Amino acid sequence: MNLKLILDIAFSLLRARWSQTLVAAIGVTFSITMFIALLSFMSGLNDLLDGLMLNRTPHVLLYNEIKPALRQPVQRSLKYQNSYHFISSIRPSKSLPQIHNSIAIIEALHHDKRVHGVAPKVFVQVFYNVGTVHLTGEINGISPADENKLFSFADYVTEGNYMDLNIIPNSIILGKGAAETMLIARGDAVEVTTVRGDRLRLKVVGFFQSGISQIDKLQSYVSVATAQKLLGESSNYITDIQLKLHDMKQAPFLAKEFEKRYDLDALDIQTANSQFETGSFVRTIISYAVGITLLVVAGFGIYNILNMMIYEKMDAIAILKATGFSGKDVKLIFLAISLSIGVFGGITGLIFGFGLSELIDQMPFETASLPTVKTYPIHYDPFFYLIGGVFSVVTTYLAGSFPARKASKVDPVEIIRGK
Amino acid sequence: MKDKILEAVNINKYFHDPVNIEVLKGISFHLERGEFASIIGKSGCGKSTLLYILSTMDTDFQGDLLIDNISMRNKKETELALVRNEKIGFVFQFHYLLNEFSVLRNVMLPCEKLGKISLQEIESKAYEKLKILGIADEALKKPNQLSGGEKQRVAIARALINDPLIIMGDEPTGNLDRKNAEVVFDIFARLATEYQQSLLIVTHDNDFANKTHRIIEMEDGVITSDKSRRC
Ligand SMILES: Nc1ncnc2c1ncn2[C@@H]1O[C@H](COP(=O)(O)OP(=O)(O)OP(=O)(O)O)[C@@H](O)[C@H]1O
Ligand SMILES: [Mg+2]
Repeated sequence: MNLKLILDIAFSLLRARWSQTLVAAIGVTFSITMFIALLSFMSGLNDLLDGLMLNRTPHVLLYNEIKPALRQPVQRSLKYQNSYHFISSIRPSKSLPQIHNSIAIIEALHHDKRVHGVAPKVFVQVFYNVGTVHLTGEINGISPADENKLFSFADYVTEGNYMDLNIIPNSIILGKGAAETMLIARGDAVEVTTVRGDRLRLKVVGFFQSGISQIDKLQSYVSVATAQKLLGESSNYITDIQLKLHDMKQAPFLAKEFEKRYDLDALDIQTANSQFETGSFVRTIISYAVGITLLVVAGFGIYNILNMMIYEKMDAIAILKATGFSGKDVKLIFLAISLSIGVFGGITGLIFGFGLSELIDQMPFETASLPTVKTYPIHYDPFFYLIGGVFSVVTTYLAGSFPARKASKVDPVEIIRGK
Repeated sequence: MKDKILEAVNINKYFHDPVNIEVLKGISFHLERGEFASIIGKSGCGKSTLLYILSTMDTDFQGDLLIDNISMRNKKETELALVRNEKIGFVFQFHYLLNEFSVLRNVMLPCEKLGKISLQEIESKAYEKLKILGIADEALKKPNQLSGGEKQRVAIARALINDPLIIMGDEPTGNLDRKNAEVVFDIFARLATEYQQSLLIVTHDNDFANKTHRIIEMEDGVITSDKSRRC
């Protein structure tokens, strides 16, 4: 009953000053609109850029680095146990970065509940031979099905079918950049030379484009079997095991565990891409900062209008108090005015924010390096709308509470004497 | 002996700005139910100051104030607001009507605040009060569409809406011409005789005061004479 009366009085005061209240509400609407649109866009951009790098990076990469043995033979010898060893000019002895016992390791990882997927890889350093020119290149021997499951490989194969790698013997999917420099079309053959001098002719069945030109100039894909053939190695020769986990945050922990268990080197995604995380974080911070700044400005607008209203309505406040309204009632009246501006402005702001996001989402954004992207990226997240709604109410509440407190403290005697 | 509805017990009031001055010096008196009293005195003798204290709006004083035999000392702000709402009707020199609301709604507001009866009942009650004051026809107008005398009558209707224990007025006819002042006085007199309404009115108008039942005269913050005149 009392609350209804207070709201009624608040709305009557609002109506008497509706053009100013509208301006204040528009301020809130504008800032919430921008807040939502900016956050959705920035977050969409983050997803896009993260996807560009992170989606194609394994959460944990197991490999065998070429390095000298930690304990040299002289240190193992019992005879020289108590001697001091001077060892100089140590060289690594292994010639190939092979993972020993790879079949068993992959099998074990497949059964690990924390692991989402496993994809083997054979890395081969090669030269592409074009006429008399030799271009450096990196060939990845992959299992196309696993690669697609883990890294959406198909999305980046712009021409041809990625499964052809398994079907057509001696086939290759060439990086777009490399193909362009060599003027090679689909169906052509390309000759590659390994570091050891072995030569092989491969048939180009497709092109691959990642959006990062350095990669596209260098990298190409063949099947695991083709890569093994290139190197003249047996069918259990694997250089890398790529893992995707169910929970990406566990990567550093699991990397350590696998490193120990399988006596391999392991690289987790957080270490590999730490600078990417920072970029996303900074972009998010910027959008929040801009949104909050806009809201604070809108808050000052509300503060001003409420202050003005209170000066104008001193008489009304005095008589309300003289006829039995308490300071608390008066405070509630002005808080109600402020909050209704906030709620109205906030809701329209959320609607306009959604509309603006939709509009950005429709705008064409075509770039050669991002084949899967056709429009500007927008990330729709109910959480942003929740935050926007809460922010608008909180800011208007704060902006209103100072003038409201002042109104509640008005001394009616002073006003009545002043007449 | 009738019951006391309002009692001032040795009220002292100081103002500290710009210098310490004692405006009220040991004011003691009481009012009984149905009394129609006026307070007169030279300008600056402290009449308004006293009235603000008696109406509970000013709490910064020494002494005690009893309304309906209950002390107003040590009451909280919200409790005092309730006392004003329920038991005191105030009429000022200026009408203080809210232009955002109709005349009718202005009269209804204090009763809505009290919240004891339904909105329909409040409305019919407000009409009744406006009828007593002869301005029921103006009920749906906005206050700024009324004449000064009419506005003051609306203010009186608003003071009456909760059937208060007492109506206080601080020069309620001060802004009115002779004719309108008389109309207002007649209304007060009728409220006192017909409805046994207690009234305490500060006035500069000796003719007005002479027609009331009791005249309290003040000078320099003290009551110098208090004459009842039964009629
Ligand atoms: N806020 C204040 N600060 C200081 N002195 C004040 C204040 N209010 C009133 N006074 C002084 O208190 C005295 C009494 O004032 P009050 O308004 O009660 O007089 P009054 O009898 O109502 O006069 P009038 O008939 O002109 O209305 C005056 O001398 C006035 O100057
Ligand atoms: Mg006065």
